[in-house]
Amino acid sequence: MTELSNPIPSKPPRSQWLDVWDQFKSHRGALMGGILFLLIVATVYLGPFFWDIDATHIDIRARNQGPSWAHPFGTDQLGRDMLARMMAGGSTSVSVGLTAMMLALFLGSFIGVVAGFFKRLDGPLMRLTDLFLALPLLPLLLVMMLLFREPLNAAFGPEQGIFILIVCAIGITSWMPTARIVRGDVLAIKEREFVLAARSIGTADNKLITRHILPNVLSPIMVSATLGIATAIITESSLSFLGLGFPPDFPTWGRLLFDATDYLQQHPERVFWPGIAISLTVLSVNYLGDGLRDALDPRIRGR
Amino acid sequence: MLTFTIRRLVLSIPTLLFISLVIFLLLELAPGDPMAQVPLTVPPEVKEKMREALGLGQPAPIRFWKWLVQFFWIEPQVMIDHYFGTTFSQGDLRVISWQTRSPVMDIVIQRMPQTLWVVGTAYVVAIFIALPIGIYSAYRQYSWFDQLGTFISMVGFSVPPFFSGVLVIVIFSVQLGWFPSIYDTTHVVNSWDSFVYQLQQMIMPVMVLALQITAQLSRFMRASMLDNLNQDYVRTARAKGLSEYVVVMVHVLRNSMIPVVTVIALGIPAIFGGAIITEQVFKVNGIGQLLIGAIQANDLPMVQTLTFIFAVLIVLFNLIADVLYGILDPRIRYD
Repeated sequence: MTELSNPIPSKPPRSQWLDVWDQFKSHRGALMGGILFLLIVATVYLGPFFWDIDATHIDIRARNQGPSWAHPFGTDQLGRDMLARMMAGGSTSVSVGLTAMMLALFLGSFIGVVAGFFKRLDGPLMRLTDLFLALPLLPLLLVMMLLFREPLNAAFGPEQGIFILIVCAIGITSWMPTARIVRGDVLAIKEREFVLAARSIGTADNKLITRHILPNVLSPIMVSATLGIATAIITESSLSFLGLGFPPDFPTWGRLLFDATDYLQQHPERVFWPGIAISLTVLSVNYLGDGLRDALDPRIRGR
Repeated sequence: MLTFTIRRLVLSIPTLLFISLVIFLLLELAPGDPMAQVPLTVPPEVKEKMREALGLGQPAPIRFWKWLVQFFWIEPQVMIDHYFGTTFSQGDLRVISWQTRSPVMDIVIQRMPQTLWVVGTAYVVAIFIALPIGIYSAYRQYSWFDQLGTFISMVGFSVPPFFSGVLVIVIFSVQLGWFPSIYDTTHVVNSWDSFVYQLQQMIMPVMVLALQITAQLSRFMRASMLDNLNQDYVRTARAKGLSEYVVVMVHVLRNSMIPVVTVIALGIPAIFGGAIITEQVFKVNGIGQLLIGAIQANDLPMVQTLTFIFAVLIVLFNLIADVLYGILDPRIRYD
């Protein structure tokens, strides 16, 4: 028996997440993206507490003003403060993005895990995924907006109804990539020894999935979560821009941009604020996803 | 290969039938009545006649069957008649738009050239820009050119077309006044000046669409080149004394093009979806604008037909991508 060369470890043990964080920190774009995204989220949710002009307050004497101390982003054609509208619009856009992403993620992971784990369901579920991928999504989203707007508005009120509709529509049309990636990973992990060991001590299927398989497919799920936020925000803005999203007096970034295009010649800056907000949010989320992918991949980590 | 193609073609028929059923059932739920615009003085029995003339007034399964027959059987006949002067389709009822009361396919054929011109040009331009950028960024990985390329493609991913479109309108047509902000589809090219005008009005929509496509394609090209640049056969080629140009542009490029070609094929139907917004921004009256107009006017046969055409494009190009992969890569054999 050989003795250990150094019986006392010189460094304290490190958790996996500490390693991930170290790798993430070294990706400068990702770190900046993460900080920027947190900043944007904090501004749109906490901003209204500090900037207490109501986004729907109409001051017709102060309409079409340029930037000033009273209105840093100027005012719109009805004299509503653009900064307040941007924050109100941002909280809707970001909420839609986050909720739709979670719905898509839940559906995608569920279908992916079930398809990967239970061989009998693999074929039908993957055919279903292929079918959904073959659907023309933007036209279908537009059609769904047209069809279900009235009944949902009647049931939940105009704002709540359209929120539910947009979140559900985006959620059920964007789960497919997640499902495919998760299924692939589950198929690979299912054959590993630790799963066999867990099964041999009599672990039930549901425990096997939640305790052993899900933690191991967490990294692709997290990466597709970040990308999901980005696509959801862009899709919501596109719908609002095409005039089939939120109602006119209920600002979102896409809606603000759409309204501002009518005043493009006189007040081009009104197009810039929402446009830059959408682009910056999506850009920061994309960089965040890029960095997460690197940080969560143990083959790249530590290099 | 041939059996694979045939099998996939046969398999795509139930897929498409299912998709058309899904679209039909979705539209069945739609509120709205094509007779809503008809004056109240029109007696109800006349209205009933008008409804029947539009192919309504029958239960849903029969209408779905009729639509299938009209789309797959009568419309091809109309096309044959148009080209060969035959009379197969005489007296048959075609898919009728509720908006214009004229056959849907005629309007689609009218709108098709505008979309194809703008979208097609954008795609070709994007491919010619993206491939060199991808190749050079991979060859000089982590150089300033690569970093810049990464940043620009990230921006291309992140800036939605409705913002970049409005932005170029503000810059190039409001501030500088170089290009017209609205695409004039009645413009006829018959002289040098009109050709220049056509180019001017195409530049902005093409630019917006091309930015998006370039962003995606150059990323793919770069990743695919990076996969191949460290392979053993590249070292062998260098060891043989081949020039660097031949190694990169012949050996590596040909192998790296395989996934990129399939991505190009897969992206074509997605571009039609993206073009919906771009067409709306620049007022190009193509297919995308037709769809938006039809949705807003509650013109269900038009929406059904257009959505189905998009679905056909997606299924078709998926098939083309798979077949291309098999042809280009001898390691992949489907049979």
